[in-house]
Amino acid sequence: MDWTALRVSLWLGAGTIAILLPFGIWFGRLLAIHQFRGKVFVEALVTVPLVLPPTVLGFYLLVMFGARSPLGQAFQSLVGQTLPFSFEGLLLASAIANIPFVVQPIQRGFEAIPSDVRDAAACCGLTPWQRFARIEVPLAWPGILTAAILTFAHTLGEFGVVLMVGGNLPGETRTLSVAIYDRMQAFDDRSAGVMAATLLVIAVATLMLTTTLSRRVGVRRG
Amino acid sequence: MCDVADRRLSVRIQQRSPIPLDLDFTCDPGDVLAIFGASGSGKSTILRSIAGLYRPEHATIRADGETWSDTASKAFAPPHRRAVGMVFQEYALFPHLTALGNVMTALGHRPSTERRSRAEDLLRLVHLSDHQDRRPHQLSGGERQRVALARALAREPAVLLLDEPFAAVDRMVRRRLQDEIDELRRTLDIPLVLVTHDFDDVVRLATRLLILERGKAIASGALSDLTSRPDMPWLRDAVGLGSVFDARVVRRDPERGLLELTFGGGTLIASNRVLDAGTVVRVRIAARDVILATSEPDGLSLHNVLPGTVTALNADPAFDHIVVQIAVGEVLLLAEVTRDAIARLDLTSGKRLYALIKSVSIGVIPDFRSI
Repeated sequence: MDWTALRVSLWLGAGTIAILLPFGIWFGRLLAIHQFRGKVFVEALVTVPLVLPPTVLGFYLLVMFGARSPLGQAFQSLVGQTLPFSFEGLLLASAIANIPFVVQPIQRGFEAIPSDVRDAAACCGLTPWQRFARIEVPLAWPGILTAAILTFAHTLGEFGVVLMVGGNLPGETRTLSVAIYDRMQAFDDRSAGVMAATLLVIAVATLMLTTTLSRRVGVRRG
Repeated sequence: MCDVADRRLSVRIQQRSPIPLDLDFTCDPGDVLAIFGASGSGKSTILRSIAGLYRPEHATIRADGETWSDTASKAFAPPHRRAVGMVFQEYALFPHLTALGNVMTALGHRPSTERRSRAEDLLRLVHLSDHQDRRPHQLSGGERQRVALARALAREPAVLLLDEPFAAVDRMVRRRLQDEIDELRRTLDIPLVLVTHDFDDVVRLATRLLILERGKAIASGALSDLTSRPDMPWLRDAVGLGSVFDARVVRRDPERGLLELTFGGGTLIASNRVLDAGTVVRVRIAARDVILATSEPDGLSLHNVLPGTVTALNADPAFDHIVVQIAVGEVLLLAEVTRDAIARLDLTSGKRLYALIKSVSIGVIPDFRSI
């Protein structure tokens, strides 16, 4: 069992949620509430990481992060290290790969709020921020929770993007799923089996958590 | 704040698309303005514009002594800065909050220590004290409507807006809610705008009426004035013509099952209602229930033979009958008669005649403050 890899995986999952959730709530709500020209295109763009092979996504992210790209250069001059093959680069790649898993459930969550209910909140004298915090977020909560859990579970399981962008550096970019592959290459079936079982248990546990929580929300709401 | 003109709601809206709108009206405190029109005529958009939820191309909206919208000077107060109470068609309660929580949400202008007791008072006012801890899905349609009403009143609004408030409840509940709103209206003394496609709401609640056809105000005025006009083809086709006016119960005759009413044109006998002497009632007499006679008839079963004078005739080629307006004292009645009857009776403006009305044809709505 590679405990360092497990730690990297868990940090990556938590970090991805921390980065992506605020963005997902802002962007998902925007897509749910506002009508604008080119919305269909934006929605398609958001979904692209879902259907693209992870290696293709990883390839483009690598190009984007490279020392010759503006992003790569900016990061290097700011932090003093390169984005590819670092935990920071992996985190950013993971955040981009998980956009559809965050935006879509949150968008559905906000779409489920009748526009009359939002209007009624305004007529009750609530400011836009109060409406958001006291009416919209509590009502979109199941969608936000689903987004967080899906992102976490998906990050733990991500393989192609991690290998392309992060490589296989112990303690830095070697996640549990990469470690399993690594152990299998070395004919260490026992370690691979233990780690695979660990991921399986985490996956089942998170899904059970989602179901329980969303059921509780359902009971509260009717 | 005490000046009526200052607290008057005045609305002028014009726009070509997406929904064409062209109207201009005012509503004084204590008045109930009913905006009546078919579905899709833009009624809800008008209320949403008053609340600031919709911004028409051109609008001037003043209420509470303030300018809420003025497209000419680019003035616009967002909805949360307008003291407006709105009851939505589907009530739009907050599903994650209890009845009490829903009402408390609209009490942000009060100190936090007072909100709870104030919300409890409001729920008591709409007879929902027992249900204050229930969530919307645990309430019936009528109860939800009452929560929505309490929430709208919690804001201490300068204008109360009701969007098809009875559309989603059954007939029995509807009657009770109408009575409750009528009762509230008397204590509130603010302009109240009611949007409806059901004329029953208009007759029961309105003091003023605005008829909307495809976004355009085709007529507006006091309810009794508009309902006694013979030239209202839209109203005729939608609900049938019939004068609406106020009367007072003089005497109840339970043995014969009759009620004696006094009104601006004399005395009316209506069929049995359990009403006490002195009660103010609203009366509607459908134009097709009025029979005309040139001499006072004898030996009839009906009770009401009212002498009057023809004041106007309306012959619409698109309509089979002629509508005759008759002045009975101060009240104008309408009668629908055939073209043949006009010729036989030689009916012209100024002719004196008798309007005959069966006591069972007189619709009496109890407990009404005068128009």
